[in-house]
Amino acid sequence: MRRVLYLLPFLLFVGVGVAFYLGFERDPRDIPSVLIDKPVPSFSLPPLPGRTEGLSSARLTGDVTLVNVFASWCIPCKAEHPVITRLAREQGVTVRAINHKDKAEDALAWLTRNGDPYASIGVDLDGRVSIDWGVYGVPESFLIDRQGRIRFKHVGPLTPQVVEEQILPLVKHLRQG
Amino acid sequence: MRTIARACALSLALGLTPLALTSLVLPVGPAWAVQPDEVLADPALEARARDISKDLRCLVCQNQSIDDSNAPLARDLRVLVRERLKAGDSDAGVMTYVTDRYGDYVLLRPPFKATTLVLWVAPFAILLLGGLATALFLRGRRGATAEADTAPLTEDERRRLDALLRKDDL
Amino acid sequence: MIPELGHYALVLALFVAFVQAGPPLVGAATRNAAWMSVAGPAAIAQMLLVLVAYGALTWAHVVSDFSVQNVVQNSHSLKPMLYKVSGVWGNHEGSMVLWIVMLAVFGAAVAAFGRNLPPTLKARVLAVQGLIGIGFLLFILTTSNPFIRVVPAPLDGNDLNPLLQDPGLAFHPPFLYAGYVGFSMAFSFAVAALIEGRVDPAWARWVRPWTLAAWSTLTMGIALGSWWAYYELGWGGWWYWDPVENASFMPWLAGTALLHSAIVVEKRDALKSWTILLAIVTFSLSLMGTFLVRSGILTSVHAFAVDPARGAFILVLLAIATGGSLLLYSLRAPALKAGGLFAPVSREGALVLNNLLLSTATATVFIGTLYPLFLDILKAGKVSVGPPFFNATFVPIAIPLVAAMVVGPFLSWKRADLGAALTRLWVAGVVVVVCVAVTAYVTAGGGPLLALVGVALAAWAIVGSLVEFAERIRLFRVPLADSWTRAVHLPRSAWGMTIAHAFLGVSIMGMTATSAWQSERIDSMRPGQTASLAGYDFRFDSVGPVAGENYKADRAIFTVTKDGQPVATLTPERRSYPVTRMTTTESAIHTTLFSDLYIALGDPTQNGTAWIVRIYHHPMVPWIWIGGVGMMLGGLVSLTDRRFRIGAPERRRAAKAGLVPPAQPAE
Repeated sequence: MRRVLYLLPFLLFVGVGVAFYLGFERDPRDIPSVLIDKPVPSFSLPPLPGRTEGLSSARLTGDVTLVNVFASWCIPCKAEHPVITRLAREQGVTVRAINHKDKAEDALAWLTRNGDPYASIGVDLDGRVSIDWGVYGVPESFLIDRQGRIRFKHVGPLTPQVVEEQILPLVKHLRQG
Repeated sequence: MRTIARACALSLALGLTPLALTSLVLPVGPAWAVQPDEVLADPALEARARDISKDLRCLVCQNQSIDDSNAPLARDLRVLVRERLKAGDSDAGVMTYVTDRYGDYVLLRPPFKATTLVLWVAPFAILLLGGLATALFLRGRRGATAEADTAPLTEDERRRLDALLRKDDL
Repeated sequence: MIPELGHYALVLALFVAFVQAGPPLVGAATRNAAWMSVAGPAAIAQMLLVLVAYGALTWAHVVSDFSVQNVVQNSHSLKPMLYKVSGVWGNHEGSMVLWIVMLAVFGAAVAAFGRNLPPTLKARVLAVQGLIGIGFLLFILTTSNPFIRVVPAPLDGNDLNPLLQDPGLAFHPPFLYAGYVGFSMAFSFAVAALIEGRVDPAWARWVRPWTLAAWSTLTMGIALGSWWAYYELGWGGWWYWDPVENASFMPWLAGTALLHSAIVVEKRDALKSWTILLAIVTFSLSLMGTFLVRSGILTSVHAFAVDPARGAFILVLLAIATGGSLLLYSLRAPALKAGGLFAPVSREGALVLNNLLLSTATATVFIGTLYPLFLDILKAGKVSVGPPFFNATFVPIAIPLVAAMVVGPFLSWKRADLGAALTRLWVAGVVVVVCVAVTAYVTAGGGPLLALVGVALAAWAIVGSLVEFAERIRLFRVPLADSWTRAVHLPRSAWGMTIAHAFLGVSIMGMTATSAWQSERIDSMRPGQTASLAGYDFRFDSVGPVAGENYKADRAIFTVTKDGQPVATLTPERRSYPVTRMTTTESAIHTTLFSDLYIALGDPTQNGTAWIVRIYHHPMVPWIWIGGVGMMLGGLVSLTDRRFRIGAPERRRAAKAGLVPPAQPAE
C-alpha cells in the first residue's frame, strides 16, 4: 500500500505526459461550431449594388449549398478562390456567399478580377449576420443540407484536400438523403 | 516567457502558423479595448457591459477577453453586448445570446456542467484529500510515541523538548 | 569566424557534459575517488565553454553580423545597444543558450564552493547537473542552433518585436531563467540523495540556499514581467492568468512550498521524502513551463514561434528527467527513515499546513491551465479557463494560507499552544480591525466584500510579521539598546522571513486596492480639453511628432492638476516601428507610491482632430511590485545567513551535539 503511494506521482506524471503527447495532434485554434445540425440562422442580406439577388435563409433550402464567407481585404480568401471556383463549376455544387464587412466597389472589383463562382451574394456590411453564423475568422465555409441545416463548417481557406476528403463525400451523402 | 504581448496585434508574431490564414486577425495596433464611441450613456448599464465583456473570450486572440482586445470581432461583440443590454436583456440573457452563436468556448468562466465538473471540483477535492492525508500523517507523527513499534522519545529528545517548552518565547 | 567558434564551443561543452555525468556516477557507485573527482573540473570547463558560446552570440548581435540567421531575425542595425545585448535572449535560440549558461554557472558554483560536501554526494549532484546539460545542449544543437549562417547575408535585420524593446522586459528573462535553473540544483540534490539513499539535516542545509536563490530570482522575474505588462500594454492590467504566466507561477508556488518544507528537514529531520518529491516537482514544473511555451500545445499570446520538433524534444527531456526521477523516487523514497515527532499544533504542523495549501494552490493552477488540453484530447469539447475561474478557486486557498503564515512563526517546534500564540498577536488583531473600519468608512462601503478581506489580510500579514520580530528582539520589554543588540545578533534567516512575509502583505494590499478601487476614463479629447478623474484634472495641452533611434512617435503633453495646484506633466506616446510595422503605446505614469495616474494615448479619431485617450487612477498599485522586490530581498537576506556559508555546517553540527542549540533560529 505504502509503495503504491510512492508510485502515485510517477503514475500521475505518465498521464500528463501522454496528454502532452496526444496534444500535438490537436489544433487548439479549431473551435467547433455550435450550429452544426441546426437550421441556418434566419437572415436576409441585400445584394451587391447592380445585382438583383442577395442571400436569405429562405434561399438555403431545397438544394445542398456551400455558403462561403469572404471579403476582398482577406488575403487567404484569394488563395481559396480557385478551389471554390472548381467546386462550383466542375463539381456542380451550388456556392453562395456572404460578403463580410467589405466596401461594395472593392468586392465587385475583386470578383471581376478573380472570377465569380457564386450563385448569389449577400452583403453583410456590419458583420452582424456573420456573428449569427458564429463566424470568427474569414474565410469560413458552411455546408447546408436540403432542409436548410448546417452540417459542416470549415474555418480558414478551403484546400483541395478538404474538398476532396470532407466536402464532396458529404455533398454526395446529403444529396442522396 | 513573456516574449510576446497580450495584444491581439501580435497574433502576427504567431503568424508562422496557419492562424495567419484567417484574416479577422488583422494587426491594428496595441491593445485598445473599449472605444469612446462604444460607451453607454447610462453608467449602470455600461458597468454591466464591462463586467460581461470581461467574461467573454475574444475568439481571434488567445486568452484575452473582448474587453481587453482590439480585434474587430471583439469590438463587434462589445457593441452587440451593449445593444442587448439596452434592449433589456438580463446579464444571463446576453451570455446566452453569445453562447448560442459561439458555444461555451467564449466563456472565460467555464459553465458548471458534466465536462467541467472535474475542473471545478478538483481544487476543493484536492484540498480535502490532502487535508485528510495530512491529518493522518500528523496523527502518525504524534501517535507513534504510544505505539510499541516506534521508539519513544529518547532521553536526549525529551530533555530538548523540555528545554524548548520552558523557554518563554522563541 | 566567431559564430563558428561559438558553435564549436557548444559542441565541446556537450562532450564535457558527458564527462561530467558519466565517470562521476560510476566513481560514486564504486567509491573510486579519481573518477569522482572528474566532476568538478568538468563542471568548470563546461561553464567556460558555454560562456564562450554565449559571448560569441552576443558579439554577433552587438556588431550586427547579418550573416547569422538569429541576428537577422531578431535584430536591426538601428536598434539601441541595450536591446542588441538583451535581444540575445529575446528569442528562442538565444534564450536557450542563456538557460544553459545559468545551468553551467550553478554547476560550477557547486564545484567551486562545495568543498565540504561529502564526495559521493558532490559527484552525484554534479553528474545530474551534467545530465541536464547534455539534454539541453543536444536540444540546442539539433533543433535550435543560434549560429546558423545565411548566405547571402541580407543588408539589415527584421528587428526585435518592439514590445520587447523595453528595459523592464530586457531583464525579465534572465531573472526568470535564473529561477527555473536554480531549481535544477534542488532537483540534482534530490536525485543524488535518492541514489545515496540518505537525506539528513546537512542535506537540507545544502539545498536551502539554492532554493532560496532560485526563489528570490524567480520572484523578481515574475514581478518584472507583471510590471512590464502594466506599463507597456496600455491598460494597466498586471496579471492575466495566461498559460505562460501560470507556467512561471507554478514553479514559484511549488518552490515556496519546498523552501518551507526544507526547513523542517533541516531543523527536525522530518518530512524528508515529501521534500524530495517537492524538489523534483518544482524543477519539473519549470521544465514543463519551457515545454508549454515552446511547443505551442496551449495557445498563448506569449508563445515563441512554434515548432513541433522542439516541442517533441522537450517532451522527451521532460519524460526522462521527471519520469526517471519520479520512478527513482518510488523505488528509493520508501526506504527513507522518518524523523522527528511533533504534535499537530507546532511549528512543524504549521509548515505542513503551509505545504498543504501551497500544493493545493499549485494543483489548482495546474488543472486550470491544462484542463482545456485534457478535455480536448478526450474529445469532450473545447472550454476556456480564464481569470474568473482562477480568481474563484485560487483566492479561497490563498486566504487561509496568508492568515496561517502570520501565526506559524509564533508556534514553537514539536508542540505549541495556539491560544497563547494568538494572544500574542492581539496588536495585529487590533490593527486589522482598525484598518478594515477605516477602509469601509473612507470608501463608504464601496467595493466588494472581498476587498475588505484583502485589506484585513494585508494588515494581518504586515503587522503580524512585525509583531513577531518585535517579540523576538523583546521590543519595549527590555531597554531599546538591548533590543537593538538582539536585532543585530538575530540570525539573518529570521530577518529574511520577517521581510518576506511582511512584503507579501504589502503586495496583497496593492492587489486588493487596485482591483477594487481603480477608476478610468475613456475619451476622445482635443488639445485644450480637460478631463477629470479621481479628483485630478488632466489637461490635454498638445500633441506632436517626435523621432527615436528606430521609431517615430506621436507624443502628447498633459498637465495634471489637483484643486488648481500642478501635480505633474505626463507625456504618453504612440510609437510606430517601421521595420516591424508595429505600433506600441508608451503610457505615461505619475506615481506617488500610494497611487498611479496613468495615461495612454490611442489612435486619432476618424477626422484627425481628436485623440482617443485613456486615463486611469490605480490606487496603491506600486505596492504590488514593491512587495515583490521586498520578498526577493527577504530571500537574499536569508541567503546571507551564517550557517549557509562555507564551513558553517561543521560548526552548527558541533553546536547541535550540545543538545540545546544556542539560539533556535526560527524561520
